[in-house]
Amino acid sequence: MSVTYIDAIREAQEKLLREDDRVFLYGQDIATFGGAFKATKGLAEQFPNRVFDAPISEDAMIGMAVGAAIEGMRPIVEMQFADFSSVAFNQIVNQAATHFYRTGMPIPITVRLPSGGTPGSGPFHSQSMEGIYAQYPGLVVLTPATVSDAYHMLLDGVALDDPVIYCEHKFLYRWLKAKSINGDHLPIGQARITRPGKHATVVAYSAMVHEAVRAADRLQQDGWEIEVVDLRSVKPLDMDTVLASVARTGRLLAVGEAFPWGGVTAEVIARVTEEGFHLLDAPPQRLNARDTPVPYHPKLWAAHRPTPESICEALRKLLSF
Amino acid sequence: MLRARILENKLSSLYKAGKIVGGVYLGRGQEAVSATLGTALIQGRDFFAPLIRDQAGRTAFGEPLIDCTRTYLGSVEGPMRGRDGNIHRGRPSMGMPAMISHLGAQVPVVAGMLFAKRLQGTLTGRVGATCIGDGATSTGAFHEGLNTAAVEKLPLVVVVANNQFAYSTPNDRQFACGDLVERARGYGIGGFSVDGTDLLACASVIGEAVRRARHGGGPQMVVAQLLRLSGHGEHDDGSYVPTDVREGYYGRDCIDVAIGQLVENQMATAAEISEWQDEIAEEVQRAVAQAQQEATPDPYLEDWTALSTRFPISQSTAQ
Repeated sequence: MSVTYIDAIREAQEKLLREDDRVFLYGQDIATFGGAFKATKGLAEQFPNRVFDAPISEDAMIGMAVGAAIEGMRPIVEMQFADFSSVAFNQIVNQAATHFYRTGMPIPITVRLPSGGTPGSGPFHSQSMEGIYAQYPGLVVLTPATVSDAYHMLLDGVALDDPVIYCEHKFLYRWLKAKSINGDHLPIGQARITRPGKHATVVAYSAMVHEAVRAADRLQQDGWEIEVVDLRSVKPLDMDTVLASVARTGRLLAVGEAFPWGGVTAEVIARVTEEGFHLLDAPPQRLNARDTPVPYHPKLWAAHRPTPESICEALRKLLSF
Repeated sequence: MLRARILENKLSSLYKAGKIVGGVYLGRGQEAVSATLGTALIQGRDFFAPLIRDQAGRTAFGEPLIDCTRTYLGSVEGPMRGRDGNIHRGRPSMGMPAMISHLGAQVPVVAGMLFAKRLQGTLTGRVGATCIGDGATSTGAFHEGLNTAAVEKLPLVVVVANNQFAYSTPNDRQFACGDLVERARGYGIGGFSVDGTDLLACASVIGEAVRRARHGGGPQMVVAQLLRLSGHGEHDDGSYVPTDVREGYYGRDCIDVAIGQLVENQMATAAEISEWQDEIAEEVQRAVAQAQQEATPDPYLEDWTALSTRFPISQSTAQ
């Protein structure tokens, strides 16, 4: 028996619906149909009047969730694709994210964003939005990379009183399997050392953790021991774990699947440079997607995002200093 | 209506004297619409998301005047504690969410508050209402919110104060339908038109829309025709409003109309109304004086956190 990443997301929602009557699910095609990716399969039948199809109105979906949260509910909103959350941007960053600071009342909504690229998905079904949301005060941004994190971080995210942007990677949905849903359970805001090493640190999150581990495996054949840090949540950002790793290795590569201008990798490098410049033995490097829309053709797509090959290349450069 | 007018006249003076920073946004000319909606709602049961020109509705719904003066004057005792100002205030825990500046955005929020009550089994007898202007009807948020409320058949009342100009943009550059109320049919909801300068007409029509929503009639939209008798804010002289419009039918002051109606129907005498005005002026003075004496926020004491959660969460306290 194995459990996939998307099974974990479904299981977490089932547990939440079973145990917390403040939780309801809202999104397009998520009720009887079970969602475009089947993350809510069977839940509408199991929990009548707790799982609702929404009109194609992303802005109103988040507005509804904010209103429901004001009145004591804990809605989980599924965006069909992270890309479409741009239509709900106003309600997320201006309504939900400012609410606690302005009024003193937190807004416990969780927005699930099916994120990242898969072959053939093209410019509007492939985006990684975590850096955009992390830029705004008032949001918690989660980027689980493992089956167990997908499960526990969704549970923990819904338990938070603040708005949570939960970025689930579509490439991991069925590809990533684990024997059990119960891995190590770290609190939100704590990064994990996925693979210990001593020559260089790769900071990654979401699907890029797996690409980084592959790159590290390859370099091990040449005698390099690469440490891979999985951020788990990009906001808050666990700089203690990142700096401790850089202190051990002296070298940093930050890898992300989002567009290259600014974003999570830039933030990590800026903070390490600011807070741990003395720890660095080489200029910190970063690797992101290319500065174009995400392409449709699998050959283009595979070369648009960081790959084990490009991560290896970046690491060899980093190790050559 | 009178409370709102007298309070707002005072706010205008304070702004012009440099005592209020940011802006001052008045509901002058829109008090009849706003007040009748606030009066038709029941605080503690209903929800009301006021917008920019709803001082009268806020007061009628039960917001104390001091909330207004504290927010405009930046008192830390106010509901927004200097973190937001002017009309961007509310008390969401008391059924009155705080507006954001993005128009139409409160429509789905009120719908969501009602939706929560349905899930909690306590929706019966409740109404949620929000006000917007003619300009906001052009937003995607208005459309998405109203359509969603209609799909869910929620007891939502949306009052559109068509004051003819969205800031400076006239109706003919805002929409191409003959009358905004025609849109109600498209959404599958109730639609009403009313003369927004006529207090008794507003009380009757808006009261009826609220009653229908309360008794299971689904969302209702009321379009009130009127004219804003001030600029968009007190920084704006409204000189783009043509003289013939200013001097036309909707240029009449709803307060004068209301006083005439009260006297004519022997609901109050001119002397009584004059007494109310004196009492209210004193009330407003007290609210201003109190807010002016209170502390303003201190950047060194401010907690500067946008999240209620305090990170890091220690391993032992994580679930």
